[in-house]
Amino acid sequence: MEYLISKFNYWVYVALMMIGLYAMISKNNLVKKVIGMSIFQTAIIVFYVSTGAKKGATIPIIAHGHGEAAEAVIEASQYVNPLPHVLMLTAIVVSVATLGVALAIILGIHRKYGTLEEDEIMEKVRQP
Amino acid sequence: MTGNDQLPALLIAVPLLSAFAVSLAGLMNRQWCYPIAVAALVAPLLASWKLLVHVVGNGAVRYRLGGWAPPFGIEYVVDHLNALVLAVISLVAFVAAIYSRRSVEKELPERIPHFYTLFLLLVTGLLGMTITGDAFNLYVLIEISALSTYALIAVGEDRALVSAFNYVILGTIGACFYLLGVGHLYIMTGSLNMADLVRLLPSLYSSHAIAVAFILILVGVWAKMAFFPFHAWLPNAYTYAPTATGALIAPLMTKVSVYVMIRLMFSVFSADFVFGTFAQQDVIVWMAVIAIVAGSLLALAQTDFKKVLTYLIVAEVGYMVGGVWLANVNGISGAVLHILNDALMTLCLFLAAGIIVYKTGRHDFGSLQGMYRKMPVTMAAFTVGALSMIGVPPTAGFFSKWYLILGAVDAGQWGFVGALLFSSLVNAILFFKMIEVAYYEPMAASHGHGEHHEVHIDEAPMSMLIPLVGVAASLLVAGVLTREIIMKVVRFTVPPGL
Repeated sequence: MEYLISKFNYWVYVALMMIGLYAMISKNNLVKKVIGMSIFQTAIIVFYVSTGAKKGATIPIIAHGHGEAAEAVIEASQYVNPLPHVLMLTAIVVSVATLGVALAIILGIHRKYGTLEEDEIMEKVRQP
Repeated sequence: MTGNDQLPALLIAVPLLSAFAVSLAGLMNRQWCYPIAVAALVAPLLASWKLLVHVVGNGAVRYRLGGWAPPFGIEYVVDHLNALVLAVISLVAFVAAIYSRRSVEKELPERIPHFYTLFLLLVTGLLGMTITGDAFNLYVLIEISALSTYALIAVGEDRALVSAFNYVILGTIGACFYLLGVGHLYIMTGSLNMADLVRLLPSLYSSHAIAVAFILILVGVWAKMAFFPFHAWLPNAYTYAPTATGALIAPLMTKVSVYVMIRLMFSVFSADFVFGTFAQQDVIVWMAVIAIVAGSLLALAQTDFKKVLTYLIVAEVGYMVGGVWLANVNGISGAVLHILNDALMTLCLFLAAGIIVYKTGRHDFGSLQGMYRKMPVTMAAFTVGALSMIGVPPTAGFFSKWYLILGAVDAGQWGFVGALLFSSLVNAILFFKMIEVAYYEPMAASHGHGEHHEVHIDEAPMSMLIPLVGVAASLLVAGVLTREIIMKVVRFTVPPGL
């Protein structure tokens, strides 16, 4: 039980990831698939962001960083790790771009086939 | 090398900035897009050739972006392995760009500026994936090339939109798995720089987290390269993509992903970990065997020659993955050499197929009828590509296949030897079937005209023909120069101690 609680951030991301993967694989509607894709990407963002967190730590801006106090020793354990957060800014941009491309393609599919249900599209594809 | 210090940055910066230049020029006059794109691709060609010569002479080059020292800054590293791949990418991109003019004018007249912008972004992404020495930077560049590919495929004919959508879903799963693997590595080591990771990891090799990271990364990269169980997106996407897109992505995407796998296996992890601690060579070589056999069998079942070629790509990916996992000098040399050779022969076949599609507007076997009389030069080049794919000496395809077979024999993987021979046999059947239709069957148009029908030679335009003939000749040149390439470049890519 303690094991479950101490690593709960990992359980959260695994659960989110499975929801996303399930939606991507088994949903029939293309927009639902894209929502699944978005959840999947968000799960990984949650995973990264949670790895930067520390108990009792503050934002990574050095207080009184000018003048005499700048000489003071900086305890890394007092600040959360900013690097995973910065990496995820990039990953968020990537996932937004992917979402945009996917939605644009869906728009094209709807214009061409008049539906967003995968089985109906496949029927129309097979018999032109 | 004063003056050449900035080559690694220029290699990426020139196509990237030219992509913006093309899209701006397209607003004013769309005639400018093609010349700007071709001119922009001369720079990577020269830079990658200079880098290759430099690396062969003096060893690896390291470049600090913005002057930040690794592991804090992002580093570009060029060694023997990626100098070769960079040269392949620049060459294929340059040839495909020259070739693209007529087919883009015909297939995508409204979207010329968009096409060339995405084309250059894709080349930037591929070059970046190859040159970068940073694991997270690699993820971003994988996504840059993938996003441009999705759009380039989606503008194609018929089923292209649906295939592009499936590719978006699978490509995203692949990239996310890779990102997750990198996350595990970061938690364990606190670093993202490849040179730093390979130094920090050995003390952690026994950890489960590292094994999980390695599996996640492998699965991610396999989805990207269409390794057999993950291949479903590739055939439709490549078949229905516009001709000029196919000429660029079919030779490059899978090959660059194979390069990424090799880079991660030996430059982030090490041969010790991959073949010693992880040690799943047997399983993965058998997966490659299945990939080769399944790809070949599925290719046999097709009635569309462009789709046949795409299934053969699936089989070829099996060659390279299997070759690397044979875990000996010949196998890895064969796989690296096959990246070069397969890029050239896939390019040759897709250029020839593109010309036939350009002339006939179709890509079923029937459209090949009478092609030898109608387009003798195109079909001669197609035949050279086909012979190389089958593995007939002195074409390049023979030599890499030879090294792969030698490696399989050394490793005692007889299943892999069998799969390689089986796939050569299937290639021979498929290509002779195409050649038979093209050579013996009369043209469809001659029905009702009897024997008196006159055959006009109706060759492709010069802007398509010259690149094709050049690539076909390069297959023979690469075959003849195999010994040089192996001695000067490929043998340095094998990790020491194997």
